[in-house]
Amino acid sequence: MTQLLKIQQGVLSKNDLLAQGLRGRFREAGVFVTNWVSSPGSGKTALLETTMRQLTDRGHKVAALVGDLATENDAQRLKRSGAEVRQIVTAGTCHLEADMIERHLEGWEVDQFDFLFIENVGNLVCPSSYDLGEDLRIVLLSVTEGEDKPLKYPPMFHSADLAVITKIDLAEAVEFDRSAAYENIKAVGPQLRILETSAKRGTGLDDWIDYLLQAKAGTV
Amino acid sequence: MHELSIAHNLIQIASAAAHEEGISRVTAVHLKLGALSGVVKDALLFGYDIAAEGTVLEGSKLVIEEIPVIVNCPNCGQVELPNIQRFRCPNCDAITPEMIHGKELEISALEYEEDDPGGVESPPLIKAEEVKE
Repeated sequence: MTQLLKIQQGVLSKNDLLAQGLRGRFREAGVFVTNWVSSPGSGKTALLETTMRQLTDRGHKVAALVGDLATENDAQRLKRSGAEVRQIVTAGTCHLEADMIERHLEGWEVDQFDFLFIENVGNLVCPSSYDLGEDLRIVLLSVTEGEDKPLKYPPMFHSADLAVITKIDLAEAVEFDRSAAYENIKAVGPQLRILETSAKRGTGLDDWIDYLLQAKAGTV
Repeated sequence: MHELSIAHNLIQIASAAAHEEGISRVTAVHLKLGALSGVVKDALLFGYDIAAEGTVLEGSKLVIEEIPVIVNCPNCGQVELPNIQRFRCPNCDAITPEMIHGKELEISALEYEEDDPGGVESPPLIKAEEVKE
């Protein structure tokens, strides 16, 4: 005879629980944590490199965890800013999970950091389901990708707190339709704040750094 | 694709629940899947069969209940969005950032077969009065 056993449990409850633990730990340590998500090649590492350098110059202690399927190239590149950087090689896994973050924090005293940046694996699908204990989820969209990306990947854009349009120096060359991009971002994530940057030319970086500082202070 | 890893999590949770209840034969797992969960139904169904192999859930069916996005409209109350590309009320066009349903990725029930004692008839119960006689 067929019987029914009712249970109610989130499939990712283990990850969610770990992420909650991390969030508490980060709060206590006074470190502001951001989780960067985007498609591959949107310019996460370039923006991160200049962000870490600028924050370091202003006297903030910063660290980064960088996720990639393979290679340690991004971590090597980011270490040039003089900050603490660790690579998370996921060996094929298409996203970061809370336990990977926890493991890679070992040996670090997180309370010595003001900012911890987590660069997720370049992928606009899978990372959206995994809470990493971050304060802020930042989705990057480069002008070369097409203005309809938000409509193609609603779960990711909806789960983010901030959208950064990158490579804005190329906007004209690729005939980037700014109003369409804004409309699409706002359609999927009405709560999203939008900033524009060019890591190469320095455009919009002051606003971006100010935003991070204000977000850390809890004033945005 | 992260559906295979999601399927492994699902099997782990369902197996643990079955074990706890002493269930040896699960026939189906019921799952609520929100339209904004970020998980693709077909890929999950495919991953499920692979992840179930060699477990108490091998051969069981994954029954997916798709949950649409329900938002709270400031004017109309709870409304269902016709698609996930536009977070505006379908009636009055108000912006609706507050989501009530649509991110679900949770197991709601297990279906299982009660162990059949194998057709052996239970010995007849002897009533207390009969014993006295």
